[in-house]
Amino acid sequence: MTAVVDDVRGGRPGGAAQPLLAFDQVTRFYQAPGKAPFHALGPVSFELQPGEFFSVVGPSGCGKSTLLDVAAGLSPPSQGSIRFDGQPVLDGVPDGVALVFQEDACFPWLNVFDNAAFAARHGGVPEAEVRRRVEHALAFMGLSSFARGYPAQLSGGMRQRVCLARAMVQRPRLMLLDEPFGALDQQTRLLMGDEVLKLWRDTGSTVMLITHSIDEAVMLSDRIGIMSARPGVFIDVVSTGWRCDRDSTITADPRFGELQSFIWTRLRGESLKALEQRP
Amino acid sequence: MTRAGWWRVALVSGAVLLLEAASRWGWINPVSFIPPSKMAAAAVHILTSGQFSRDIALTLGAGAAAALLAAVFGFLGGLVLHKLPRVLRVLNPLLLSYYAVPIFVVYPMFIVLFGINRWPLIAIGFVFAVVAMAVNTLNGLQRIPRVLLRTARVARLSAAQELRLVTIPASLPYLFTGVKLVIVYAFIAVIAGEFVLSGEGIGHQIAFAYNNFDNPTMYGLMLLLLVFVGSLNTVLHAVEQRLYQRRVLREAAT
Repeated sequence: MTAVVDDVRGGRPGGAAQPLLAFDQVTRFYQAPGKAPFHALGPVSFELQPGEFFSVVGPSGCGKSTLLDVAAGLSPPSQGSIRFDGQPVLDGVPDGVALVFQEDACFPWLNVFDNAAFAARHGGVPEAEVRRRVEHALAFMGLSSFARGYPAQLSGGMRQRVCLARAMVQRPRLMLLDEPFGALDQQTRLLMGDEVLKLWRDTGSTVMLITHSIDEAVMLSDRIGIMSARPGVFIDVVSTGWRCDRDSTITADPRFGELQSFIWTRLRGESLKALEQRP
Repeated sequence: MTRAGWWRVALVSGAVLLLEAASRWGWINPVSFIPPSKMAAAAVHILTSGQFSRDIALTLGAGAAAALLAAVFGFLGGLVLHKLPRVLRVLNPLLLSYYAVPIFVVYPMFIVLFGINRWPLIAIGFVFAVVAMAVNTLNGLQRIPRVLLRTARVARLSAAQELRLVTIPASLPYLFTGVKLVIVYAFIAVIAGEFVLSGEGIGHQIAFAYNNFDNPTMYGLMLLLLVFVGSLNTVLHAVEQRLYQRRVLREAAT
C-alpha cells in the first residue's frame, strides 16, 4: 500500500525544516517500590511538523497515553529527549501546548465562560483579550447561549466542547488530545470529529490525537502512527493523503475503508499480544 | 418551604404541645419537667435580665475560638498529611480510631497545664474537633478528580494558585462537612468541660442550677443552647445547599 511511509518524520508536502515536536529514543519506565521496573513505552522516535494532524492508534495498554503525558511534560521520559519548538521538554507543560482529556475536565463550580477562560486567564493573557477569545471560541463551538450555564446543565458532548474551547482560547501551537471522545456515542463522536477538524483549520495548530478508534484516526488525520503492544513502539506510520477541508463525510470514500483495513491488519496481531499481556 | 419542612414543623410543634399538656395536667412531674412555655419565659428572662450574659459570652467565645483553631489547624494538618503519604500511612489507623478514645480524660491535664481559665476549655474543644477537620480535609483532597489536577498543571498554575483555584473548590463539600463537625464538636467539648469543672460559662450555670433545684434557670439555659445550636445548623445547612446546588445538578445530569 502506498499510504505507508517507512520513517516517522513529518510527511506533509513542503514540510518545514524544524519540527514542532521531536521525540528522540524516548523510553518510559515506571518503578513501584519493591517491584521490577515496568517498561511502558519506547524507545520511540518521531517528529511532528507544524500544522500537521497526527493520530496514534494502538492496542489497550500499549503506552499511548504515556506517550502523550511525556509529550506534554506531565511525566518525564526515563531515557531519550523531547524537543518542542526546538526547546527541550523537561518537567512541566511548555508554553504553547494545550491538552484535552477523555474525562470531563470542566470545573463544576465555574460557568461555561469561566471554564473556557480558565487556562488563558491564569496564564497571563489580559482580561479583555481573554473575553474576546472566549466569545469567539464559544461561538465557534456553538456554546454562546450556554456561556452563563454550568457544566451540570450540559450533555457529555457539550462539556467536551467546553474543554475544546478552553484549549482553543489558549491559542496553542500544539494541541494534545487524549481520547477526547472516548466517552461519547458514535454519532456524537463523528460530529465532534468535525468540530475538531474545524478547530484545527481555524487555529492552524498542530494536533496529536491519541485514540483507540481506527475510524476516528483515519477520518481526522494526515498521518497515523500505529503502535505495538506494550512497551509501545511505532510499527508503522500511515499517510492518509486527505485534503485539509475534509469532514466526516469522507467515511464514505472507498479509500477510507482501505486505510481502515490496512491499519487493522497491522494492529490485529498487536492487539492479540496485548490481550495475552493482561494479568 | 417544602412539604417535608411543613411536616417537620408540625412534628416539633406537636411534641412541644404534648409536653406542655403533659406537664400542666400532671401526666409527668411538673417540678422536674417544667412546661415548655415556662422554659421559654425563663430563657427570655435570662436574655433580658443580663444575669448570664457574661457566661453566654464566655461559652460562645471559647467555642468559637476552639472551632476556629480546629478548622485552621485541621485543614493544614490534612493538607500536610496529603502531601506526605508515608506519614499518612503511619498515622491513618490512629486518626481513624481517634474518637474511640475518651478525650475528656485529658481535660484535667489541660487544667494543670493552662490553669483554671478559658484556655483548658478552648484546648479540649480544639482537641475534640481538630481531627474531624483533618480527616474530612484528607477525604476531600483524596477525592479530587485527577483530571482537574492535570488541567491545573496544563494551565501552568503555581502551587498556591492550584490550591486556591482547584484544590479548595474541588474539595469544598468535604471541607464544609469538616467545618460543620468542628463547630458541633467544639461547642460540645466546651460546654461539657464547663459542666465538669469550671467556675463560669453556660455549662457551669446549667450544672449549678441543676444542683440547686433551680429548674426554670436550668431549662431556660438548655433551651437557649438548643435554639443557638438549631439556628447555627439552619444557617450552615442553607450555606451548604447553596454550595451543593451546582453539584447536585451535575449528578442529576450524569
